[in-house]
Amino acid sequence: CFQYCLSGHPTLPCNVLKFKSTTIMLDCGLDMTSTLNFLPLPLVQSPRLSKLPGWILKDGSTFLDKELKECSGHVFVDSVPEFCLPETELLDLSTVDVILISNYHCMMALPYITEYTGFTGTVYATEPTVQIGRLLMEELVNSIERVPKAQSASMWKNKDVQRLLPAPLKDAVEVSMWRKCYTMPEVNAALSKIQLVGYSQKIELFGAVQVTPLSSGYALGSSNWIIQSHYEKVSYVSGSSLLTTHPQPMDQASLKNSDVLILTGLTQIPTANPDGMVGEFCSNLAMTVRNGGNVLVPCYPSGVIYDLLECLYQYIDSAGLSNVPFYFISPVANSSLEFSQIFAEWLCHNKQTKVYLPEPPFPHAELIQTNKLKHYPSIHGDFSNDFKQPCVVFTGHPSLRFGDVVHFMELWGKSSLNTVIFTEPDFSYLDALAPYQPLAMKCVYCPIDTRLNFIQVSKLLKEVQPLHVVCPEQYTQPPPTQSHRTDLMIDCQPPPMSYRRAEVLTLPYKRRYEKIEIMPELADSLVPLEIKPGISLATVSAVLHTKDNKHVLQLPPKPPQPPASKKRKRVSDDVPECKPLKPLLSGSIPVDQFVQTLEKHGFSDIKVEDTAKGHIVLLQEAETLIQIEEDSTHIICDNDEPLRVKLRDLVLKFLQKF
Amino acid sequence: MTRECSLLLPRVCTALADPRQPCSDDTCLEKLLDWFRDLTEAEPTLKLVQDNPCLTEFFISVLALSEPSPSILSFALRLAGMLAASENCFQHLQQENLLVRLFGEDGPLNSTLWEDASVRSGWVEGVHSMMHHQPALHFFCNGGGIDAIFTLQGDPSLFVASAASRLLVHMLTLSVESETTKPLDAKDCDWPACAQLIIKRIEDSLQSSSDSHIIQSLKLLTNLFGSCQATWTEVLWLGIAKQVESLLTEDSVQARHMVADLLLNMSRSHVFCDTEGSFWAVVTSALEHLTPVQAGPLAVGILRLHKCPQDVRIQALTVLLQPMDCILRAASQPMEYAGLLDESVSDPSTVESLLSSKSSCASLLCQTLAHLEKLLSLTRLPVDLPYTSLLRSFVTILQFCNGLLIPASPLGSKISQILIGCFRVQRLALDVLAALSGKKGCDTVIGSLFDILLAYLESPNTNPTVLKKSFHAMSKWLARLPEMSSFNSQWQIEKILQDVFLVLQKRLCSPCWEVRDSSLEFLTALIKCMKDQDVFRQSLLSSEVPKLTENLLEDPESYVRASAVTAVGHLTFITYFVPEPPVTGNQYNKENTVEKLQDILSTDPEGFPRRAVISIFTKWLRQGCTGRVEDTVRFVSRVLQTVECDLDWEVRLGGLELVEVFCVQTLCQRDHPKHPYAPVSSAVTSSIHQNDFLQIFCQAKLFNFLFRSLCDCDRPVGQKACDILLALRASFCPSSMLKDCQGTGDSSAEHGLPWLQRTLRQGSLAQNFPTDGGNGVDFQDPESMRLALGTIDLIELHDELNKSSDHVEKSPQSLLEDILATVGTIDENEADCY
Repeated sequence: CFQYCLSGHPTLPCNVLKFKSTTIMLDCGLDMTSTLNFLPLPLVQSPRLSKLPGWILKDGSTFLDKELKECSGHVFVDSVPEFCLPETELLDLSTVDVILISNYHCMMALPYITEYTGFTGTVYATEPTVQIGRLLMEELVNSIERVPKAQSASMWKNKDVQRLLPAPLKDAVEVSMWRKCYTMPEVNAALSKIQLVGYSQKIELFGAVQVTPLSSGYALGSSNWIIQSHYEKVSYVSGSSLLTTHPQPMDQASLKNSDVLILTGLTQIPTANPDGMVGEFCSNLAMTVRNGGNVLVPCYPSGVIYDLLECLYQYIDSAGLSNVPFYFISPVANSSLEFSQIFAEWLCHNKQTKVYLPEPPFPHAELIQTNKLKHYPSIHGDFSNDFKQPCVVFTGHPSLRFGDVVHFMELWGKSSLNTVIFTEPDFSYLDALAPYQPLAMKCVYCPIDTRLNFIQVSKLLKEVQPLHVVCPEQYTQPPPTQSHRTDLMIDCQPPPMSYRRAEVLTLPYKRRYEKIEIMPELADSLVPLEIKPGISLATVSAVLHTKDNKHVLQLPPKPPQPPASKKRKRVSDDVPECKPLKPLLSGSIPVDQFVQTLEKHGFSDIKVEDTAKGHIVLLQEAETLIQIEEDSTHIICDNDEPLRVKLRDLVLKFLQKF
Repeated sequence: MTRECSLLLPRVCTALADPRQPCSDDTCLEKLLDWFRDLTEAEPTLKLVQDNPCLTEFFISVLALSEPSPSILSFALRLAGMLAASENCFQHLQQENLLVRLFGEDGPLNSTLWEDASVRSGWVEGVHSMMHHQPALHFFCNGGGIDAIFTLQGDPSLFVASAASRLLVHMLTLSVESETTKPLDAKDCDWPACAQLIIKRIEDSLQSSSDSHIIQSLKLLTNLFGSCQATWTEVLWLGIAKQVESLLTEDSVQARHMVADLLLNMSRSHVFCDTEGSFWAVVTSALEHLTPVQAGPLAVGILRLHKCPQDVRIQALTVLLQPMDCILRAASQPMEYAGLLDESVSDPSTVESLLSSKSSCASLLCQTLAHLEKLLSLTRLPVDLPYTSLLRSFVTILQFCNGLLIPASPLGSKISQILIGCFRVQRLALDVLAALSGKKGCDTVIGSLFDILLAYLESPNTNPTVLKKSFHAMSKWLARLPEMSSFNSQWQIEKILQDVFLVLQKRLCSPCWEVRDSSLEFLTALIKCMKDQDVFRQSLLSSEVPKLTENLLEDPESYVRASAVTAVGHLTFITYFVPEPPVTGNQYNKENTVEKLQDILSTDPEGFPRRAVISIFTKWLRQGCTGRVEDTVRFVSRVLQTVECDLDWEVRLGGLELVEVFCVQTLCQRDHPKHPYAPVSSAVTSSIHQNDFLQIFCQAKLFNFLFRSLCDCDRPVGQKACDILLALRASFCPSSMLKDCQGTGDSSAEHGLPWLQRTLRQGSLAQNFPTDGGNGVDFQDPESMRLALGTIDLIELHDELNKSSDHVEKSPQSLLEDILATVGTIDENEADCY
């Protein structure tokens, strides 16, 4: 059993598992941190960005000044943003049989895999994952395509040139593999290959393996996966949460008895407790608005935003913010807010019960009804008429490189009354802000990551007790910036097996058993013999038939007819021949009784010696020696076959045959 | 005993002994016992028993029952014991053979009823009560009852076991003190027989191999040394010292704990305080051999003693400081910091291993921190603690707890891993930090102290209780800032205050109401202790804090509104109740604030904010902030009119407190017009004629409120009003006039509370006063009020109000009637059945 690790990002995993002749891809996350190296894409012409000076090498060469721009000491690529794909060279991705998706954040690279690698398999995901994943992709494609950029920079990627660049461009990995964003037709084609599944649904793969999604508690429709055969079980835990937020709670019990547990997608900010961060978010928001400033919240169109809106729903009245407008701007804002309300079966218990009242499960419906929350597809159109300040704006993209957020950064960045509050943990907020420097606007970092932290992981592992844990190498050591925090790593016995990008692991267990079916006729012919109370044995002679990873024992062919001629015999060579079987023996020989029997049969002068393994019975007169051990009995006599046979039969009297 | 009671008692006794009765209410039986206890103290017990033969009959009937209810039997045992406490009554009951039958071997002791814990408990209590004279002592020592008591020490019911242990202590003391003829000494101790019996048992148990016997004896000794400080206890100790000391190296954890408790009790006895001999050696050995967790309470106890050998004190200090020392060592580079203790006096290995284990680290630290806090909170501490190093260790613990500290040693890494996010340790470390603020010194560590406190205040991960404690510690230390030598620069103080207000701003906007509440309380605490500091006032007023605080007057949570009221009330002391209000434009408008608070007082639906407003108003008045005299009168009258109809009695009581302050200040002005320290506002001019003071009170509508409060349905309000009226009477009605008034009036009973209630209800107070002839009482008329003050018998009212509302129900007669009433219902039911 092997695992090919195609992504180095622990929360955007992409692994391929070879398990019992199937090839299963686990998630295909897209690492978008590469976009931080690019200049933002402004919605309207930005004089500031267009005036940025070109970057000049130390020796004065200016050949890169069209591709690279300098802003407050940082160098950015002036081109359409590009993404870092999972490794495609490590194995032939066309051989992948299935792709299992755990949540909508971990499927963003799907079009690159399904549309460019010759992939012919099936993708499995839950319905909310597909629907919200589609929204995320749609928003991504939309934000990039609506600001077409004539220029596409590639010169800087040349290895010899890259070496001369300043950090972080110099250290960017696999830049040659970076790709531009996919298109909507590609998204549609990729999504058409998805087959929808429900929690706990058992999906057979080629008869060899069964895969099952389980609720992971992190997002709408997010799942962990169980991949199992009859005797082996691999659990894939990716992006799980034990907190009570909107999704269905995590199913931990089904993860028990795993041989291997692959653990990815833990919290990216282990030191920040999400409750505390939500409090921090509300406090800073209220403080800014009370002082007359605007608040900008760069975010994804789904996920934490639902919880934030719910918190604000409870908080705005008490904080005296009822008159402050909240805007949610995204090409998919409307769909996202509406979708969330219809996936009742995927929600936590509290929200599910609301549906029967009937009430919308999320309170943002009421915010919209009372006009406190307004949503728009973009800043153009209705929004510009309704826009009132001070206000709170939720919009994407959290990288601050594309989407409507770029506009608000340019608009509000100059005033210290305004605040940008980062709640998404995927991007370093300092890197995200770099192309906007110098910035007067206040910046607050409240990353809200509800995924498992290390304390929860250690409890989980104690609970489910997998034999082995496999995880990204980042989880086996303290974070690089806090090397003394040895509490921020996975602590389990045996120590976890770690992997990094482009590594192939042999998973640490051996397959020892295989399930075999017996045909009824064959089973009928068996005559079990009880050799110990509760244990019966029978010998089987059969033909093993294997097809589609299923093994069946069938009746052996009829005993061959006595050979008519040599020729015929040769033909029958192909058919397995069944020789008459010698019976199997079981039981033990009680020495005292055996000696008595010998005496009854006329042997005298018998001596018994104890040995380490059993006994030796000496028939001194007959110069014969019977060696009785636990699993063998030897009769040693010189050329007296009748005596040997006689003794053998006496021995056999004490044993059972079958 | 009153006649009524003595008539009721026989029926009660019969009823109680009636087996058909369901078990009477236990509280009735307890009350009955209390009553008998009072009776035995008031009159000779023998007479009581002889006058009420029903008591003896009660015992006889209970004994005659084949299956008495356990609670009645227990009651009988306790009552018999109580009566037998008097020697002649004991003899009397003995003559009747009652005591043998109740407490002897043929009594409940060997019956199936003994299985009921309440019977055993009643038996022990009964024996304890009667154990006041030698006959009782001999009755038990000779009669074999003492064996039963020894057995009861191991009773499954903890109450019974502990009562048995206390009883043995009592018997031992009684025996030694009543039967010893010559002083005892160690060499030739001739213990009285009963004492000898008990001591022999103790000695045998201590030597036995049974853990439970050892523990029982240790408990007994602990009780004994805790309650008796006679010199003979030393003789006893000399006999058992060796065995006790040997227990320190035994395996039994519980026995070790008990030895520590025993030594602690002994160390407090003056019999041992001067001894140079064996006792302190055992204490030293205990401090050495017991684990830090076991020795902790003993060490604290010793450090609190004012008389104790110096080396023992040092040893005790070592026990407490060692964990802190290890923390400091674990946090620093080897050789870099010497720690708190000299390595020659202490072996840190035990503590280090405790601190590096997940199960013991937090509990050891919590215990040590709690002990240190207890010591630091003492006003007179007999030892000098190394305050600076202690502070450094507390700061280090707090740094460990929030992951700020980068440990340099393996032990440090381990501790860090265990402590990160540990709220229990955080809370205690912050408590002890606050306690330490009262001690001099510590200046050198102060920078990192403020850094860590700010980090806790800022961190979103800080839990609300920890945050509250951080605020508390911060306010305590901020108050000390100006006097600290290392913080003489204005700029440094300003910087810290700015940081504090910045984080306070954020916390005031928290979505968690507990956080908003503690933030406001912190602000109030800060204003209280720092309002005289210029730098504080400036930093506060230049921040957004005052504005945000005012916003919180409208908070949806009533606790927060109440705290906001208090904070806003205190803010006024630095905004406009200062000689030179800061020039900050129209931001702080006094009328506006008063208006807002008035509004809360009259309209807030919850009691807490209204209570807060009235107490702030009282505070303002006390500080003389309400302006000129006419303003004050108007202010008081307005407040009283609002408060008068408040549904919350605490608000009305608050109104009375305001009245009291107003009266005191006004009268003080009359009595000491030139007094420079008169608390009344300087604006009150001395030109007011003395006779006009009553007029002022009338204008403020004081009397209306006071008389109305007299009839308040909540007693504390009536009491307070009465107290104030009494004070006013003393002030305005000379004693000669008082006599006149009372002479002319009707009998004093006529003028009691019922009369006033009736008349006030009818609005016809005037009928009985020689006033101006109108129908209603004119509470605004000074002369009428002077007369009212003189006429109403306020003293009797006062007494009546001081009686608790259940004084009628609490009488013994009512108790007896209650018991009979329950019997009555039984009889009726029986009648129904037939």
